[in-house]
Amino acid sequence: MTESVSESVATSGPPRVPVTVGVNGVSVSRQVEPRSVLVDFLREDLGLTGTKVSCELQVCGVCTVLVDGRPVSACTFLTADADGADVTTVEGLSDGQTLHPLQESFVDHFALQCGFCTPGFLMMSKALLDGDEVPDREAIVEHLEGNICRCTGYEPIVEAVEHVAEKLRGGPHG
Amino acid sequence: MTTIARPVGTPLSRRPDDPVVGTPLPHESAVLHVTGQALYTDDLVGRTSNVLHAHPVQAPHAHATITGLDVAAAYDVPGVVRVLTDADVPGTNDAGVKHDEPLFPTEVMYHGHAICWVLGESLEAARQGAAAVRATYAELPALLTVEEAIAAASFQGARPTLARGDSAAGMGRAARVFEGVTSFAGQEHFYLETHCSLALVDENGQVFVQSSTQHPTETQEIVAHVLSVPSHAVTVQCLRMGGGFGGKEMQPHGLAAVAALGATLTGRPVRVRLTRAQDMTMTGKRHGFHAAWTAGFDADGLFTALEATLTSDGGWSLDLSEPVLSRAMCHVDNAYWIPDITVHGRIARTHKTSQTAFRGFGGPQGMLVIEDIIGRCAPALGIDPAELRRRNFYAEGQATPYGQPVRHPGRLLAAWEQVAGTSSLAARRAEIDRWNGRERHRKRGIAITPVKFGISFNLTAFNQAGALVHVYKDGSVLVTHGGTEMGQGLHTKMLQVAATALRVPLERVRLAPTRTDKVPNTSATAASASADLNGGAVKDACEQILGRLEPIRDQLRDPSWEELVAAAYRERVQLWAAGFYKTEGLSWDAAAMSGHPFKYFAYGAAVSEVEVDGFTGAYTTRRVDIVHDVGDSLSPLVDLGQIEGGFVQGAGWLTLEDLRWDVSDGPGRGRLTTQAASTYKLPSFSELPEQFHVALLDEAHEDGVVYGSKAVGEPPLMLALSVREALRDACAAFGPAGHSVELASPATPEAVYWALCAARAAGRAS
Ligand code: FES
Ligand code: FES
Repeated sequence: MTESVSESVATSGPPRVPVTVGVNGVSVSRQVEPRSVLVDFLREDLGLTGTKVSCELQVCGVCTVLVDGRPVSACTFLTADADGADVTTVEGLSDGQTLHPLQESFVDHFALQCGFCTPGFLMMSKALLDGDEVPDREAIVEHLEGNICRCTGYEPIVEAVEHVAEKLRGGPHG
Repeated sequence: MTTIARPVGTPLSRRPDDPVVGTPLPHESAVLHVTGQALYTDDLVGRTSNVLHAHPVQAPHAHATITGLDVAAAYDVPGVVRVLTDADVPGTNDAGVKHDEPLFPTEVMYHGHAICWVLGESLEAARQGAAAVRATYAELPALLTVEEAIAAASFQGARPTLARGDSAAGMGRAARVFEGVTSFAGQEHFYLETHCSLALVDENGQVFVQSSTQHPTETQEIVAHVLSVPSHAVTVQCLRMGGGFGGKEMQPHGLAAVAALGATLTGRPVRVRLTRAQDMTMTGKRHGFHAAWTAGFDADGLFTALEATLTSDGGWSLDLSEPVLSRAMCHVDNAYWIPDITVHGRIARTHKTSQTAFRGFGGPQGMLVIEDIIGRCAPALGIDPAELRRRNFYAEGQATPYGQPVRHPGRLLAAWEQVAGTSSLAARRAEIDRWNGRERHRKRGIAITPVKFGISFNLTAFNQAGALVHVYKDGSVLVTHGGTEMGQGLHTKMLQVAATALRVPLERVRLAPTRTDKVPNTSATAASASADLNGGAVKDACEQILGRLEPIRDQLRDPSWEELVAAAYRERVQLWAAGFYKTEGLSWDAAAMSGHPFKYFAYGAAVSEVEVDGFTGAYTTRRVDIVHDVGDSLSPLVDLGQIEGGFVQGAGWLTLEDLRWDVSDGPGRGRLTTQAASTYKLPSFSELPEQFHVALLDEAHEDGVVYGSKAVGEPPLMLALSVREALRDACAAFGPAGHSVELASPATPEAVYWALCAARAAGRAS
């Protein structure tokens, strides 16, 4: 699927660079300022507000999205560096009909309170579970160490991810 | 003796059969959260057209007079639309309820104080505009620490004294008297969502502010008095918050006022969203305290008396410092009977952010003082700290220093004994002592501490709440109440209360966002009391409706809910109601510091074990066991989440989170040096206890509260005192028996290292 939007190049202000990014399976072309960061591009240019910003400094993991399957902090990742890449955000996790197993598990395990950290944890966890190895508890804790949650105390988050990992282990890919 | 079977509890607390309350449900917004659909205030900006963005001009001095402010250059920046200064304020130039917080100051009171705001077409334009504003200052001397403020006698607000009996006589009766100072740091809230307000004005001049606020009514009042309009001309809505923890109880008001002022002046929506650095440098934090104390114990280790002076670091304005101090003073007893006691309280005025509410609201600070006293005195008394604590517990019939009888002290003992049992405290104590005997460079520590936390706002007037319940003709139900959702699960509980009260399935009930035009005159969502208060109001509204439905039900044969509602509508029965609740039996004399301020006490006890590395002071938390009293839980998963999350946040305050200001005499004096997540250490996965067991106290029905439940938001935070005491225990193991360990707070690895070095040195000296 392709969406093309023709935009006149801004006549004033800083120069812009063209980018084409696959966002949750849809190709999007825009002109962005060279210093545009991915989270602003997603939230402001595309209206995808599921990705949140918190520390703005690549410390808390709240803004985590996947770029070609790799987790990045969208608060410091340049939009221009996503040119030609596939970006997955929390909005792209479910197919709109059924929840992704991680989403379901976060709901069932009460792995959120205010929910502000949730998109980042989900994307970070997806990157881990998409890997070749099915992670154990230790690997999950290590992988999620860079994500901050101020509400839950973390325990239910580990349990939620562990639960999905266990299902993977028992499932066809196990 | 005859036993008469009675239904449990009062009409307020009694549960019907098969209630929806008590069911372990997910968070009501969980699906919205995991799909990224849940909206926070800043997510509304892109859904609003023509929005202007606001950026502050922050002063680079801790204390100064503004001698000149030239904003002309800001207008030369492309995209700058308007600069807001004090000349623009049509009403009162004040953002606080104490009228000591000018929105646009003439005197800079802390480093980073916003002196004016620039509105731009983009945030970047506003930022550049703010950078172009030329301000000149005449620097004034600044006080940064409580000690400096005490030396300069710089205090603000009331200086209450809480006293019972004759503490001098009590000291006279003591076998041992100890003196000390306990000072400890505050805490940054670090809600993951920074402050945000979005204001617009409709065609009729009605100001609509969407704000990340725990106190929509007060935000409304401050906006109204800044704009000089009546409250009815301002509507405040809070969809939800990405965490609040008290940091959004009073701090949002001025920011909302800036947005509203900008919107009225420009006719365009205005967004004020703080960056993380702005949030950390501009908004208030938990109060640090300085406490000087004298404690007397008799030969059995029972308190005979306590004298203490608590000085809180209030920062530049009063804010909530007075009630925070009151609560600290009312919790300095924690779980202990202290017959003769005098506690003086005062609030230091320093040139820092205006310190404010933070989960526990002074309670943690009061308890830290008494637990520190016990932790330090126990070795000198030669009594195991766990035993010393247990010995001093309140017994039935005793009252707190402010005169309130301690209800159900047996529940504290039950929690204590249960957690001591399930954690195998005695066996592990012995095992740890053996282990410490074998290990030279690593030591383990274990500690058990209690919590007794008073529930209700200290100020009686705040203990009221309202709700609006609509039953539509199709039987669906819409609930609005005065509380806000910040993740704590209040809305989930309110849905459960409404479904239980109306006896309808949960799916029939929906919750509307918190708005001041639906439920007016609300209290802050604070003091842990929101489920008690709003739950009472929701239940009241539901019961009014049910009462009106009863005659209709009698006319029909076993009608379904939908049939009943439809028939009632045809009979012209009012199908909606405004509910109200006020907590009965409260009284508080703030001048005398006495009365019955709390409806009840929430109890808990925790056992924590740590291991400390003797070379670095680094430590791990090996195991935590908690038994906590939530009454009959309204929503068990919500409550467990509050307990775990509260504990971890408390452990963060006590062990990791280290706010540092530049206290040098250099040009940066007064600057917050830990103004980012990179320098301010928050609890992360690495600090997760290796084992974490949480249980709810059984048989804890609370008969004066909605469906027998108890408040849970704040009390568990103080269970983390067990970690601090366990660290003290581990440090002590590096030294000789009887050595009293003084541990700084936060007990960072560095602080632990110094404490264990002192213990080692005491060993060499002896
Ligand atoms: S907001 Fe990007 S890592 Fe914190
Ligand atoms: S749920 Fe609030 S920060 Fe994680």
